[in-house]
Parts: sequence; C-alpha cells; structure tokens
Amino acid sequence: MPILIYTESEEGKFKKTAFEVASYARSLAGQTGDTVTAVAINAKNNSELGRYGVDKVLNVSDDKLSGFNARAYADVIGQAAEKEGAKTVIISSGANDKYLAPVLAVKLNAGYAPNVVALPESMEPFRVKRTAFSNKAFNITEISTDVKLIGLSKNSFGLKEAEGAAAEEAFSPSLDDGDFAVKTTATDKTTGKVTIADAEIVVSGGRGLKGPENWGMIEELADVLGAATACSKPVSDMGWRPHSEHVGQTGKPVASNLYIAVGISGAIQHLAGINASKVKVVINSDPEAPFFKAADYGVVGNAFEVVPALIEKLKEFKAQNS
Amino acid sequence: MKILVCISHVPDTTSKINFAEDDTKFDTNGVQFVINPNDEFGLTRAMWFKEKQGATVTVVNVGGSETEPTLRKALAIGADEAIRVNAEATDGFFVAKQLARVAEEGSYDLIIAGRESIDYNGGMVPGMLASLTGANFVNTCIGLEVEGNEATATREIDGGKETVKCTLPVIIGGQKGLVEESDLRIPNMRGIMMARKKQLTVLEPAEAQNQTAAVKFEKPAPKGEVKLVSPDNLDELIRLLHDEAKVI
Ligand SMILES: Cc1cc2nc3c(=O)[nH]c(=O)nc-3n(C[C@H](O)[C@H](O)[C@H](O)COP(=O)(O)OP(=O)(O)OC[C@H]3O[C@@H](n4cnc5c(N)ncnc54)[C@H](O)[C@@H]3O)c2cc1C
Repeated sequence: MPILIYTESEEGKFKKTAFEVASYARSLAGQTGDTVTAVAINAKNNSELGRYGVDKVLNVSDDKLSGFNARAYADVIGQAAEKEGAKTVIISSGANDKYLAPVLAVKLNAGYAPNVVALPESMEPFRVKRTAFSNKAFNITEISTDVKLIGLSKNSFGLKEAEGAAAEEAFSPSLDDGDFAVKTTATDKTTGKVTIADAEIVVSGGRGLKGPENWGMIEELADVLGAATACSKPVSDMGWRPHSEHVGQTGKPVASNLYIAVGISGAIQHLAGINASKVKVVINSDPEAPFFKAADYGVVGNAFEVVPALIEKLKEFKAQNS
Repeated sequence: MKILVCISHVPDTTSKINFAEDDTKFDTNGVQFVINPNDEFGLTRAMWFKEKQGATVTVVNVGGSETEPTLRKALAIGADEAIRVNAEATDGFFVAKQLARVAEEGSYDLIIAGRESIDYNGGMVPGMLASLTGANFVNTCIGLEVEGNEATATREIDGGKETVKCTLPVIIGGQKGLVEESDLRIPNMRGIMMARKKQLTVLEPAEAQNQTAAVKFEKPAPKGEVKLVSPDNLDELIRLLHDEAKVI
C-alpha cells in the first residue's frame, strides 16, 4: 500500500521540506513494507524525488493551481490519496501545509497530528510524537482513524538520500468552482530575500539594538551568513521592523539550524518560538539575561562592538573557506 | 452582521508547563488561564465591526465549567452573549464538530477563530469548522474588512502578505495584526458588571467521535550549559560553529 506525500514546490522547484517529507515517508515505508507516492503540483524536476526514496510521482500540471489555494490543493491531495488507497498521508508543517491540512483531514476523515518530530512510536495503536505548548513540551498523539494525516515539523527529521528513480504518472484531479471561492487579488512579497520559514540560519535583533537605525549591522550579519532577519515582539510593535519578522509564541516559529539572537532578553514567549532551532547563539550585554540558559553559545558583550567584529571575522572565514 | 468568535481557554503565555498523573495530563496547578492570544485579536476585531458597522457578537467555547471565567471576560470586553458547549476539548475534530453545530444553528455570517491555540498548537479547528460547514476559510489572517456579502482579508504568507476576497459566510484563522496590540481591551468595571447580566448558554455536546488523543507528554531534555566565548575571541565562536556545531 502506498504512503502518500505532498511535495511542496515554488515556481516549479521543490522546497527542502518536500525532500524532508520524502525522507520521512521512505523510512516509515522501510518499516511497514509500503511504497511512497508523491503528489507534485506544477513541479518541474520530479526526478529529484527519486533520490529521497519516492517510488512514484503523481504529476499534476494545471495553470489554475499555479498559486497556492488551500481548498483546491487539499482537493488534489485528497483525490490522490483516494485513488492510491493511501492510509497514511504526510505533509510538512509550513504555513501553506497548515492551511490546507484541516481541510484535507475532513475530506479524508483522517485524524491529523501536526508538528510531528519523529517516526511513529508504534503502529498499533498508531502513536507519533509532536510538539505542544509552543515547543515547551512534546505530546504523544494517538490517531484512531483508519486514514492518518501527519504534519511533519520542519528540520526535525533531516534529509536521507536513497537510491532509485521515481516513476511518473500524470494525474488530473477534478476541480470545481467551489475550490476557488477564495480568490487571491494581490500578493506583496519581498523577493530575493531568504524568508524566516525557509532559512537555515536566522539572525534576530531585540530591543537591545535601541532603534531601527541600528539594523544595518543585523542585515549585514545576515547577508554574510545567507540568513533571514527576524526580531522580538516589542521591536515589531514599535514599528522598527515589519510584523512578519516577529518571532515567538504570538509570532512566527523558527526551526532553523542556527539562531543568532542579538540584544534579546529571552522572555519565555520569545523562546517558545525558537526552541525548535538546533543551535542558538546569544549576544547580550547582560550576563544574567535569561536567554543564556537556553543558548548553546553565548557572548557577553555590547552588540555594537561584537556584531561588527563578528561580521569582519566571518568575512575572513568565508574568504578562507570558499 | 452576526459574528461568532471562537474562544480557546489556554494557559497564560508565561506558564511553566508541567504534567501530572504519570505524564498523561497537563498539570493545571498554579496555572492562570486566559483567552488564547490569537482569539483575543479576533474578538477585538469583532468589537470593531460591532461598533463601526453594527453587528452582534457571540462568543463560544467548548469546555468544562472551569472555562466560564474566560467567557465572562469576553462578555466584559463587549461580546453580546456566550455559549459554552459542555465537553472536555480533547481533540480538534471533536471541537470543530461542536462548533459546527453552533455555527449552523446560529447562521453566522462571520466566524472568527485564532490561527492556533497556544496550548496544543493544533491549528486545525478553524479549517475543520470551515470544511464541516461549507463556509469559506482564510487562515493566518492579519486584516479583515466586510462589505455587504463580501469579505476582503489580508493574510500572512511566507515572506510577505496577500489579499484575498470571498463571499460570506467566512471563517477566519486570525492572529496578531488583525488589530493593533494597543487596541486590545482590558475589561473595565462597567463591562464586568454588565457581563454578569449577559446570557451564557450551556449546551450539551453533539454526538461526535474523537479522532486523536494526547496519550502522554514529555518535557525536552535539559539543556547543557551555555559555552561562553569572550568578545575578544570571536574566532573561537566561528570555530565552534564550524567544527563543533557544524552550522556554518
Ligand atoms: C501575551 C504575550 C505574548 C508575547 N509574545 C511574544 C512573542 O511572540 N515574541 C517575543 O519576542 N515576545 C513576546 N512577548 C513579549 C516578551 O514577554 C518580551 O517582552 C520580549 O520578548 C522582550 O523583547 P526583547 O528581548 O527584545 O527586549 P528586552 O526585554 O527589553 O530585552 C533587551 C535585551 O537587550 C540587551 N541589551 C541592551 N543593550 C544591549 C547592547 N548594547 N548589546 C547587547 N545587548 C543589549 C538587554 O540586556 C536585554 O536582555 C509576549 C508577551 C506577552 C504578554
């Protein structure tokens, strides 16, 4: 029986999360003896999926689906699951996945576990581990429905390359007007910049930076590292930075490999948003700042001295290592 | 316009999270409960509609009697009436089913829920509710206008925002941005007095199956000590990030 995965792409290119979901499904299939079928919507390089263990790709090519639409996408994935007779459906946990997941769950009458961080602990009963309480804890969730929907957390499982080639099959789901009842009329996107959601590295600034005029060094540090920029809540509340950069319990979650916090105290609501990041570096002038308890590496010092110096050192390091 | 605001009763954002009964239950000892922050933005936006365009605002929660102070707070902020579905909210689908019944019986034009509750972070109730009732659905909503039968919403997307349009009835998964933080309201004495007289209806739950169950909780493994690097030795920080953590 196939495990069905949805492999997200943007402008024809698969996102890293597509390969994460494929890697996860392959490992699960290895335990259960299932195969892995991917649904790809308007993606160009379907053959890439074979490298992460996908056996078959259902290739959906439809201009109506060129922009994300939750109900239409859920319909596509749902019809694919029904056609394949999949009992396990796996998607990622990005913003679009979280938008379409509940719609898909109802359609498939599937119990849904979001923010899953590991392979199932048991198959009978079906139990998976996921984060809860804004990353302050984990929760083992039991799904009791016949069809199961898993939302895999970003960066939690990693990429696992496999040998093999994926067979391709064209798939044309039937869509109706109701699928497009919510219409996008304008999009305002900063292009060419790494987004917090996709970034491997995030450089974040807090109130300790004193004012928006001091963000140049944060952007430069992010530039050197190929990182996205972020901020604490008061910083966006005061309008120093856009709301979309606000990280935390009431802002965006970050699951990057590296999170560098500059002039951020490390309040519990801020930590809730970044706990899922692998390595945390804190630069703060106050050795008692709570963030040091959550950090892997710390520099006690004045950001206005440390950050420019770090930028110079990183430039040297990059020059030597490239 | 008839507005329904779904209110989740959650531990205050500063709560220390602990578990009881052999790590199978959330330990509510000493925990303060509040209106879920994402829902509070939604409630405030609903109040705006009520005051600027004319609307009735009903708040609803699925939960035991211990959640009534949270509903009373919403009434004190200005909601007209409250409904509590008398059942423990243990599964997103179950909650969505209960809300769907309330939504259908009340024929609401606009239903505002939060993008996710900050306890179980399921983020599934608004979308499931939309699917169960057939209403349109806009998630991660940071702006909302309604004119006649049409809603125009702004929603956050990765790296920006987009504007969407759809007809009513619509269900919103709201979040910060829906209103300014400074517009959030603290109930005043008059509001609290009035809230006492407002109707709080208790409904027995509709028949619905749980699809999932939280069977066990774990806390993250304790973190090792932070490695401090002197500001005069940033080469060492780079070395650690490169050789030890392997992140650059
Ligand atoms: C309901 C609710 C939800 C919330 N949600 C969030 C959330 O999602 N995200 C979030 O971030 N916050 C959230 N908060 C706010 C949170 O409680 C803190 O107020 C906030 O995180 C503090 O931001 P900060 O660390 O930038 O500022 P501060 O607390 O002011 O800390 C600034 C830090 O900068 C340091 N500093 C000062 N000067 C320098 C210098 N020259 N060099 C180096 N360091 C320096 C200081 O030592 C201090 O540690 C929430 C609060 C509530 C009540």
